[in-house]
Amino acid sequence: MTKFGSAVFNRLVIIIPYAWLMFFFLIPFFIVFRISLSQTAVAMPPYLPVFDLADGLSGIFSGIREFSIDNYLWLTQDALYINAYGASLWIAGVSTLCTLLIAYPIAYGMAQAPSNLRATLLMLVILPFWTSFLIRVYAWIAILKPEGLLNQFLLGIGVIDQPLIILNTNWAIYIGIVYSYLPFMVLPIYSALEKMDHSLNEAAQDLGCTPISAFWQVTFRLSLPGVIAGCMLVFIPAVGEFVIPDLLGGSETLMIGKTLWNEFNANRDWPVSAAVATILLLILVVPIMFFQQAQAKADGEGR
Amino acid sequence: MKSLGSIRRSFAPWSDPASKPFISFRNVTKKFGDFVAVDNLSLDIFPREFFALLGASGCGKSTLLRMLAGFEQPTSGEIILDGQSLAGTPPYRRPVNMMFQSYALFPHMTVENNIAFGLKQDGMPKTEIAERVDQMLKLVKLDKFAKRKPHQLSGGQRQRVALARSLAKRPKVLLLDEPLGALDKKLREETQFELMDLQQELGLTFVVVTHDQEEAMTMADRIAVMAHGKVIQVATPPEIYEAPNSRFVADFIGDVNIFDGTVSAAGGGYVELTTDGGLSIRVASPETPSVGAKAGFAVRPEKIRVGNARPACAPLNAAEGVIWDIGYLGDMTVFHVKLKDGRVVKASSLNAVRAVEDPLGYDQEVWIWFDENAGVVLRD
Ligand SMILES: Nc1ncnc2c1ncn2[C@@H]1O[C@H](COP(=O)(O)OP(=O)(O)OP(=O)(O)O)[C@@H](O)[C@H]1O
Ligand SMILES: [Mg+2]
Repeated sequence: MTKFGSAVFNRLVIIIPYAWLMFFFLIPFFIVFRISLSQTAVAMPPYLPVFDLADGLSGIFSGIREFSIDNYLWLTQDALYINAYGASLWIAGVSTLCTLLIAYPIAYGMAQAPSNLRATLLMLVILPFWTSFLIRVYAWIAILKPEGLLNQFLLGIGVIDQPLIILNTNWAIYIGIVYSYLPFMVLPIYSALEKMDHSLNEAAQDLGCTPISAFWQVTFRLSLPGVIAGCMLVFIPAVGEFVIPDLLGGSETLMIGKTLWNEFNANRDWPVSAAVATILLLILVVPIMFFQQAQAKADGEGR
Repeated sequence: MKSLGSIRRSFAPWSDPASKPFISFRNVTKKFGDFVAVDNLSLDIFPREFFALLGASGCGKSTLLRMLAGFEQPTSGEIILDGQSLAGTPPYRRPVNMMFQSYALFPHMTVENNIAFGLKQDGMPKTEIAERVDQMLKLVKLDKFAKRKPHQLSGGQRQRVALARSLAKRPKVLLLDEPLGALDKKLREETQFELMDLQQELGLTFVVVTHDQEEAMTMADRIAVMAHGKVIQVATPPEIYEAPNSRFVADFIGDVNIFDGTVSAAGGGYVELTTDGGLSIRVASPETPSVGAKAGFAVRPEKIRVGNARPACAPLNAAEGVIWDIGYLGDMTVFHVKLKDGRVVKASSLNAVRAVEDPLGYDQEVWIWFDENAGVVLRD
């Protein structure tokens, strides 16, 4: 490649991720944000104002003047939304913690396994992806329902004499989320553990750490980036999860994904659902930005 | 730097039957699957000794250290430290610290915290830790880098942090796996002497693994030469050099000329050989191989002299040849002399006076000769 060509190529390579973000995140986000500032209307599309290029600049300005934050105020007035946000964060948080507790030992075991076995284990972890997500969630209904496999088994071995009511409770949501998102937690932790130099742990023990304390001070500490990545990969989609609570959860828990769906489809209230989505995004993005800033600061220390 | 000569000269617990070894390997074997990494090895190391393990890559040096540190269990045999078997003692309870071949510095900790790590585990008071860390940083000349993370250091600096970290706890035994490999020559030589001083000062026992024979010779009280998981010879540096017990050791340490031959006479403190090339050699040696037996004769290049004139001892311990190659190294000159039988012998001579014009040149016909006590008989 010529020098000029390679310079252009380098530019292009840098542009690709930004272009991606632009087209598939920023532009859609601004559309959603703009709708969230509108009023609902019986029209197509079901909100006002609608910009018409035929009106020219003055039309756009008069449209913008009609924008209002009423939808956001509305979200604070009805406890339904705040409860839904709270329930979503809580359920996602608990599920993420449970996923971590299950995934870490799995990832650790995989990283300790003989290297010829590791590829197979990795394969097994991603194997569930080969079946449709929906089918797997439906399968959990068959397992968890009162006359389902789990209850039959527990009744059969005599641990319980009444079927457990799990389906359509929060328990079923936890189980569903943990099950569905487990690979997203296992993989980043595994990759952090796998590239770790085992002699670091030995060095810690050599300097007087018991194996357990060496694990915490060295192995776990160094796997933290993987743990954090895994937690984000589970927590963020879990907050907005719609399918799992819809299929497995009960009517008493309203998660934000379901609320959004209701506003959008049942009420046809696009502006309010857009506001719900915007707030959800802020709730997720702002803490992450703070976290990354703190991380960058910690990395820069001593430099 | 104070001279260690007087202490060193009198330090020889291994030849004193009353002294007790501090570390004993007793018939230790270590297998990885079918592969025997350490093969029925027995070895005694004495308190305050500076002991070097020397051997080619893969001969089991690191494995031996790792067994002493507790990271590998011997397949059979026993390791005894200070009178007690180490079997079943986990690494964190052994009074042994190791400097890892890969350094194994904690990447998430600063240099300071790396060095303080072991002290913190012992629950040492904070002020004492700070003092000790300071002292260690000065020792390895890294005081300016205390706040850096390992990835912000050069290879040699990392190695020094690893050294400081393993020394910080003042272990009874310090195991050093290739401690100075990544240092440049000057720093390496300095650090060698610093290590020796430190070991004397603190009264520690050092076991150091190295590839570098010069390093082993400089630092160690005794050297164990290893090959294929076995110890071939354990002796002081001069003994290893001047009286190798086998062809392997003679060849491994330093430069050597080995002549193969047959014993023609032996006894009375002398052995006479006829080499396969027809030379007659008479060696001062306490050995008494039977006449007609195969034996080798090893002689170091610096003990062979080269000259124009026929030496007085000829034809014994002397041969005629031509100068085939000359290597001028500054402090000395190495001659490769091709003998009548086609064999090339290495001889080196010290350039004690400034060589304005060397009388010995390429293709010149010369004599080589050596004294009766210049070399040793190898019986293997
Ligand atoms: N965990 C292990 N599993 C299998 N083989 C091993 C293991 N550790 C070491 N070995 C083998 O044992 C032999 C000795 O290894 P060791 O690390 O002791 O060599 P070394 O003398 O320290 O070499 P070097 O000078 O290159 O460091 C090598 O052939 C190595 O391949
Ligand atoms: Mg090694």
